[in-house]
Amino acid sequence: MTDIFGFPLPVVLGQLMLGLVNGSFYALLSLGLAVIFGLLGVVNFAHGAFYMLGAYAAWLGMSYFEINYWVALVMSPLVVGALGVLVERSALRHLYQIDPLYGLLLTFGLALIAEGLLREMFGSSGQSYPVPELLRGATNLGFMIIPIYRLWVIVASVLVCFTTWFVLERTSLGATLRAATENPKIVQSFGINVPVIVTLTYGAGVGLAALAGVLSAPVIQITPLMGSSLVTVVFAVVVIGGMGSILGAIVSGLMLGVIEGFTKVIYPEASNIVVFVIMAIVLFFRPAGLFGKE
Amino acid sequence: MSTMTSSFKTATTVFYSVLLALAIAAPWLNIYPVYLMTLYCFGIFACAFNLLLGFGGMLSFGHAAFFGTAAYVTGWLVTDQAWSTLSAILAGMFSAAALGLLFGVIAIRRSGIYFAMITMALAQLVYFVMLQAPFTGGENGLQGIPRGDLLGLISLKPDNNMYYFVLLILVAVFLGIKRIVASPFGQVLKAIRENEPRAISLGYDVNRYKLLVFVLSATLAGLGGALKALVLNFAALTDVLQSTSGEVILMTLVGGVGTFFGPLLGAGVVVTLQDVLSDRVGSWVTVIIGCIFVICVLSFRKGIVGEWLAFLQRRREAKKA
Repeated sequence: MTDIFGFPLPVVLGQLMLGLVNGSFYALLSLGLAVIFGLLGVVNFAHGAFYMLGAYAAWLGMSYFEINYWVALVMSPLVVGALGVLVERSALRHLYQIDPLYGLLLTFGLALIAEGLLREMFGSSGQSYPVPELLRGATNLGFMIIPIYRLWVIVASVLVCFTTWFVLERTSLGATLRAATENPKIVQSFGINVPVIVTLTYGAGVGLAALAGVLSAPVIQITPLMGSSLVTVVFAVVVIGGMGSILGAIVSGLMLGVIEGFTKVIYPEASNIVVFVIMAIVLFFRPAGLFGKE
Repeated sequence: MSTMTSSFKTATTVFYSVLLALAIAAPWLNIYPVYLMTLYCFGIFACAFNLLLGFGGMLSFGHAAFFGTAAYVTGWLVTDQAWSTLSAILAGMFSAAALGLLFGVIAIRRSGIYFAMITMALAQLVYFVMLQAPFTGGENGLQGIPRGDLLGLISLKPDNNMYYFVLLILVAVFLGIKRIVASPFGQVLKAIRENEPRAISLGYDVNRYKLLVFVLSATLAGLGGALKALVLNFAALTDVLQSTSGEVILMTLVGGVGTFFGPLLGAGVVVTLQDVLSDRVGSWVTVIIGCIFVICVLSFRKGIVGEWLAFLQRRREAKKA
């Protein structure tokens, strides 16, 4: 049996694969955060709550309305995205002219409301739903055996991330968005309705978080607090990557997931904190983040 | 505050005197002393937080780390190491100061939102360390922390003795912060808050000032935590939790950021709210706290004291015109 640093290869590969699954969620969430921050200048603390709502929406749909996984995968981000649109229209909109810290505080409050409400409605214990027929079982990749669902999570997340990147960086819609980030007034003067773009961007960013929620539910348990524990890690990921960069958010999300998985093998006690330690080190040597420019 | 009229000054002095008299008389007024002491501890915590946010212009989302660490250190020293109360409190403050120095050195490299996110992430790190460290009692926390005595003279076990001890410290912290803000150091902080590039161009080493106020704030937050551990006889994971960092922000926001009395009033509002609601409505407390956050941010950003001062200001101007 081959060993890596004295650890059996299957264990290392297994943890790395799990790390990559977690990294996919980090990537999806930090991508949404980066897009929202870019256009709105708001650090969306409620991102974890929307991720949690995405998982709950899918669970509700599947257990009460008997929709299947694939429908939930599309419906849940749409429903949660619509909720995001409502939040932006009714609350966030009023804060663009003042200190961006208020946006952070507002979304913190919203996250508390969402968590409290769901705890009151469904309790604190975990829920879950089954993996769809098509994605059950495991497959042999030649060097390791992996549950198909995990492979699906990784592939789906990476595809969604790079599609988002492509849309933002390589299409005319993306060019408009980026222009609106740089100078909303001038973009508006070209007859483009910037406030609508801003609203839809928030909805889309939040929808990405919900998508991550739907994907994650069969892997981890659905609880009202699943988002708040994740969002702090994602904040650290975003600080490490540098908030301005879309590609940076995706790459650092995946990378940190893998590093976390690897830490679980060599020093399990530190696996919860390794991302924060890396953040501190990165800040020390590159305050703008790995991919940020300042 | 040169624009302050003499009548306003007199009114403020009278207000604080009445308040202090009430606080001194409280044990005879049949108010539950542990409730008031909890309020005072969180009041110290909120004043410390306000020193950083209101006068230093930095929003820390990780202040629970200092509060909780000091609570753990003080609790552990008096319980397991049989330290005297005063030296354990000082050690708790020292640990918070050291942690504050570490946080500060890392976090002040960025400002604004990044600063908030970094402090939050570092506090989460502290949470996980406290969860696993050998001396914190893991999920159970430290229970049955004794209050001890003052220099072997006065026992702090009776609630009334402890009450006056905490009140004395609260008053000292309050006056100390007023003094800091009025000092030349406080004026430089104000300059940095209003216009950082200008302060730099005037030759001030801005980062050193920021670091100093951060460490000061962390130390005082630690004092609040150390006292809380003694008052309630326990230190637990809730003390280092993100929600506690959120609570202290809420207290300051509700009372009025950058006012002297605001954080105390805010601590009163939040502690009372939790005291009244927690056994009656369960998870709804979180929802209610969240709603207060949203309302404050959307339409009540000056806080209670801030709005009151603004009202007085408007009335004065109306009189002049």
